[in-house]
Amino acid sequence: MRRIVTATVHNRSGVLNRVTGLLAKRQFNIESISVGRTETEGVSKMTFVVEVEDDRKLEQLTKQLNKQIEVLKVSDITDKAIVARELAMVKVISNPQIRSEIQGIIEPFRASIIDVSKESVTVQVTGKSDKVDALIDLLRPYGIKELARTGLTAFTRGHQPQVAEFKSYSLLK
Amino acid sequence: MKAQASAEQQTAAKTGADLLVEAMIAQGVETLFGYPGGAVLPIYDAIYRAEGSFDHILPRHEQGAIHAAEGYARVSGKAGVVIGTSGPGATNLVTGIADAMMDSIPLVIFTGQVAKGVIGTDAFQESDIMGITTPITKHNYQVQEIEDLPRIVNEAFHIATTGRPGPVVVDIPKDISSTVHEKQVDSEFHLPGYQPTVKPNPLQINKLHDALVEAKKPVVLSGSGVIHAGASEELKTFVQNYQLPVTTTLLGLGSYPGSCDLSLGMAGMHGTYSANTALYECDLLINIGSRFDDRLTGNLKHFAPNATIAHIDIDPAEIGKNIPTQIPIVSDARAALVSLNEKPVKGLDHKGWMEAISQNKVDYPLWHDLPEEAIVPQWLMQKVYEYTDGKAVVTTDVGQHQMWAAQYYHFDRPNRWVTSGGLGTMGYGFPAAIGAQLADMDSTCVAVVGDGGFQMTMQELSVLQERKLPVKVLIVNNQALGMVRQWQETFYSERYSESIIDVQPDFVKLAESYQIAGYKMETQEELLEVLPEVLADDQPAVIDCRVLQKENVYPMIAPGKGLHEMIGVKR
Ligand SMILES: Cc1ncc(C[n+]2csc(CCOP(=O)(O)OP(=O)(O)O)c2C)c(N)n1
Ligand SMILES: [Mg+2]
Repeated sequence: MRRIVTATVHNRSGVLNRVTGLLAKRQFNIESISVGRTETEGVSKMTFVVEVEDDRKLEQLTKQLNKQIEVLKVSDITDKAIVARELAMVKVISNPQIRSEIQGIIEPFRASIIDVSKESVTVQVTGKSDKVDALIDLLRPYGIKELARTGLTAFTRGHQPQVAEFKSYSLLK
Repeated sequence: MKAQASAEQQTAAKTGADLLVEAMIAQGVETLFGYPGGAVLPIYDAIYRAEGSFDHILPRHEQGAIHAAEGYARVSGKAGVVIGTSGPGATNLVTGIADAMMDSIPLVIFTGQVAKGVIGTDAFQESDIMGITTPITKHNYQVQEIEDLPRIVNEAFHIATTGRPGPVVVDIPKDISSTVHEKQVDSEFHLPGYQPTVKPNPLQINKLHDALVEAKKPVVLSGSGVIHAGASEELKTFVQNYQLPVTTTLLGLGSYPGSCDLSLGMAGMHGTYSANTALYECDLLINIGSRFDDRLTGNLKHFAPNATIAHIDIDPAEIGKNIPTQIPIVSDARAALVSLNEKPVKGLDHKGWMEAISQNKVDYPLWHDLPEEAIVPQWLMQKVYEYTDGKAVVTTDVGQHQMWAAQYYHFDRPNRWVTSGGLGTMGYGFPAAIGAQLADMDSTCVAVVGDGGFQMTMQELSVLQERKLPVKVLIVNNQALGMVRQWQETFYSERYSESIIDVQPDFVKLAESYQIAGYKMETQEELLEVLPEVLADDQPAVIDCRVLQKENVYPMIAPGKGLHEMIGVKR
């Protein structure tokens, strides 16, 4: 199962190495990691998207992360009401004739063209990972020259509905 | 005037190394195990100038230093402190760091590092010891600013010795240890990300108590967490109250008196039949401070298949890691036992269970052959036990001799048994004995080592010579890498690939070259004559005890097999 786990950490040198090394050593399958500073000075937030076999493995993951001295808090937010976003940049082969065609494709995704050259355009898209996946799939037939994704970053919404309200609804299927 | 003088003193110029020395003194450090070199010259200079503050032990290899520190920590209960230089000094410590991590030994390791300005340039004797030790330390630091040094030292000792103990590395660039610093520095710390849970949740204690009074077939598994927590007395009370059978892990030996009636001895791969059978058949397993290591559990499918599992551990990550647990209790072992002992005691309805267990002890004891003349290692261990009155500090190396020592030496007290469990580090036993002896000069300290493992770290005989440390090195000499040979016999059709080693130094002459008495014993008669005296005197000794090569450690649970599939239970 795919889970979104966040960790707030003390921003000391080596902390990223410690955390990723730990996940590798314990054979956790990481799909993406994103790291950045937070509202509190000296504190960073890491967002992991991980693929785990079962609840026991997931529990191990959060416990092992929690055990690290610099790790302040670990949360599995997969089943919470969350906002989750990823940014991707896609450089697509395109001549002036098909540029407008691409424009048409990306519009419903609220993506934008951020660089144009004779042979290519670069599209920037932000959203949930499946939305990003969908746009990439649509652009693939044109020829993707380069692709970069930031990995997901996420946190919980200001309002958490009662469990029953969002039981059937998950941001990552 | 006086106030002014002390204020002046406080701000007197000090090097980083002086701050380190001061911080160690403040931490109550008395013994250092270390080896000098370029990057720690300022630290060694500060130690020299702080004359008389520490007893510094100089091993002949850094690995010797760190295993000695582990032995010291095991016996004293305090952190072992190690110093090594950058590069090769630090990398020579790696095996010991990994060993301490696996066995939860509190160590604080100071490594020198090249100056900050050249870190990352492949400077002379630079190694990325932070990167190397991150996966094998509880925590590690590289000191970036001299002002941070005293605080980091305090944090390092705090982290190493609290919660689940473990090794902490502090890497100190040479410019930090040599720079003169004049300002007052703050050594207070606050670690919001490190707040071990030491008190048990009362609801969970109730749950365990409820399960206990209902149990028909309860058993206690006691691990080294009991020893770290100093909980042996509380364990005794608990066990007595409910008349519970107790088995221990390899590292838990001594946490509960081994010669007591309720003790089943060690469980696991080479555990007793009664212990393993109790674990297999129980309906309630109370694990206190053990991590359900694979050498204990055997095949997980067959581990306590019908039991409710209760697990008391200070490290929440150990609970549920290998075995699904119905009653998890995150707590210091002592605090949990104190809470349990406050509950009303109720007699259990487990007479049949206790009788079956006693019968197993009688019907399936440990066994071995006893030839006419030759010494068998199991008999040797019984003699050591007898001659030291069961009171010695015993360290071991890794191999067959280790298992025989574990089986036949019954430890009645904690902190007397020093062995490398999780990592299984050959070369551990002898240097560990040096540290163990230093921690307890009044006890007889026997290093039970194999002929193979002793040769990995025997250069530390220099320390015995220098310090006149009365460690008794007992070489269980089967002229083989015995444990390897046993597996090759059993699982590889007797293809003894690189495991029979009949070329050896003359251990007696070797000892004598260090001005240590050397003895060689080949028959039971010789042993009976020599061993009691050698073990009783206050001199170091090396005893080359020739034992039958083809002896195997039994009983055994073969790899992949379950607790109920022991072989060699009867001869
Ligand atoms: C550093 C290291 N290398 C290899 C091993 C694998 N190993 C485990 S036991 C053993 C044999 C030990 O022989 P010896 O010290 O003579 O003890 P014995 O088993 O004969 O009692 C070996 C090679 C190990 N545990 N540690
Ligand atoms: Mg041997």
